Amino acid sequence: MDNLLDRALGLDGRGDRWPLLGKVVLVEDCVETGGAFVVHHIIKRFLSPQPAAASNHSLILVAFSQPLSHYDRVLRKLGCNLVAQRDHDRFLFFDMLNLRFPDRDDVKTGSSVLVSLFEKIYNAVRALSAEKNCITIVIDDIALMEVVANGSSDSVLDFLHYCRTLTSEFDCSVVALNHGDIYSTTEKPMLMLNLEYLSNILVRAEPLATGSAVDVHGQLMVFNKGEHDGQGTPGSKVHNFHFRVKENSVDFFYPGGRG
Amino acid sequence: MAESICRALRDGALEGEHAPALTIKDSIDAPLGFDVFAHVLAQLSSHILAGKSQSRGLVLVAFTRSPSFYVDLLKERGLEVNSSRKWIQILDCYSDPHGWKDRIMGQGKVDDATKEASGVSRLCKDVKDMDKLCSLAIELGKGLLGEGKGRFSFALDSVNEMLRYASVHSVARVLSDLRSHDLASCVFWLLHSDLLEDKVAAVFDYMSSMVASLESAIRASNGLRISLENLSLTEQNFRRAKFSIRFKRRNGRVRLMSEEVSIERSGITFSSVSTDGGTMGGSLLPKVQFNLQLSEKEQMDRAKVVLPFEHQGNGEPIEIYDGRRSLADKNNEAAGTMQMKDSSKVCLHCWCCYRITDVASNYSNGGIS
Repeated sequence: MDNLLDRALGLDGRGDRWPLLGKVVLVEDCVETGGAFVVHHIIKRFLSPQPAAASNHSLILVAFSQPLSHYDRVLRKLGCNLVAQRDHDRFLFFDMLNLRFPDRDDVKTGSSVLVSLFEKIYNAVRALSAEKNCITIVIDDIALMEVVANGSSDSVLDFLHYCRTLTSEFDCSVVALNHGDIYSTTEKPMLMLNLEYLSNILVRAEPLATGSAVDVHGQLMVFNKGEHDGQGTPGSKVHNFHFRVKENSVDFFYPGGRG
Repeated sequence: MAESICRALRDGALEGEHAPALTIKDSIDAPLGFDVFAHVLAQLSSHILAGKSQSRGLVLVAFTRSPSFYVDLLKERGLEVNSSRKWIQILDCYSDPHGWKDRIMGQGKVDDATKEASGVSRLCKDVKDMDKLCSLAIELGKGLLGEGKGRFSFALDSVNEMLRYASVHSVARVLSDLRSHDLASCVFWLLHSDLLEDKVAAVFDYMSSMVASLESAIRASNGLRISLENLSLTEQNFRRAKFSIRFKRRNGRVRLMSEEVSIERSGITFSSVSTDGGTMGGSLLPKVQFNLQLSEKEQMDRAKVVLPFEHQGNGEPIEIYDGRRSLADKNNEAAGTMQMKDSSKVCLHCWCCYRITDVASNYSNGGIS
């Protein structure tokens, strides 16, 4: 059943084609309100067994922050078996946690790590695309990628630019998670702004203005550039709604109305 | 106003002068810069194809979109890139700007472009070398002219990306070289002002003969990023914006103009600035030739005027000016003045809050103590 987040992302259509193809989705969160559940939701929707056309969907997860067991546990509760998907070559996991960091504190070396990572992703995408697969690349998360790149935001932007070229070359979609409050002290958060310019859809998880609550865990703003309004006028659409994260699902509802 | 820009680019460079240069500036609050860039690109391309412009060809340096994207964009506007006459070349700095894919493919063909786009694009695999990039762009332009005479134009879809790869000096030198080239007809580029320091943005403003800035009608509370506070207005900002143009003339005089730009179903439209303060967020006063607003001194003087029958209510004796004598004269005639304490207020307009008998007795007694 479609929910408010599906509607905001354009996932509520009935067509065979994955609506996020060729798009870059950026999920921003903060310490008070984590946004990882949005990434999990997109993974689940992408790999969910219906409709039948989804059988050619392949997902590449580049994990800087959690091991595979974590994602497997979370997605199982949402009804998606990552291990089974991996066995069917529909799920590729790049474990960046166990990456051996270079001894030298060198930006150039950090950049070369991302170059070799992109090489792996590019080869995987080319192989999957040859089998006419629909591909989504998920990056969790950009802040830790910057750590791997020894703090070089230019290297991170170069890497993301190359991932973006895959959206036009192979019609992939790219979903990335980033933590907005890391850059909150800077006057002009350049990396954040660059990412917002790069993205086609921005999903921002924020706490409620009134503070924390037991039954409402936060609010989402979904900014969908290029979404048409009811009259077909091109433009951008902004969606805002609240959410509550439960054990096996997430409820989305408009302010004042419980789902 | 937007037509003025397109005409200026169409007319091109005067003999002995540098080519006209246009900067299109936007920000995350008013991100319609690429729409304006695409509009200018399409307009100039249309003039080139129709033979109405000084320029005989266009070199597009693409950093943020693929060549295929631009081919499709021009096709949607009825402009065929693979016509019998070669009129456009795209320097592809998007697909493989650092040669990563080239290394992966092992000198194999890196092809992000459709067949149509590959015929008009050339890959640049080292965008950090600004001198080489500049030479490539000029070489592509000369290739458009062939043996014939004429000039060609340059379009760069992101100065910000160039600044990520090279220093301000290098990028400024490239733009200056393109603008001052003998065969350059016009140059235009897009930049996001919020990704630059003010002094860097000023560098490109100085280099331009025209600066077109996009500003949002409603500013986000945190100044730079999309705000949750007013969603519908934020949404409006991504369909409409204020479009200000500054023309720098040869004699140094600057002409300022502004209009409203909006994205409609039919495409981008430019119109006169709306007087609807609710949507544009500006002044609610109508556009008239005279000034309806009061200066500060005028406002202070107005506050000092004691109006007839006005309630003062500040505990001091109320003096009512009946319009027949000056205030100074009235003070000397205590018998003709009605005085009342703060607790007894009278409204002589309508007598609504005072008893008639009390007023009559006060008059006969010459005042109320």
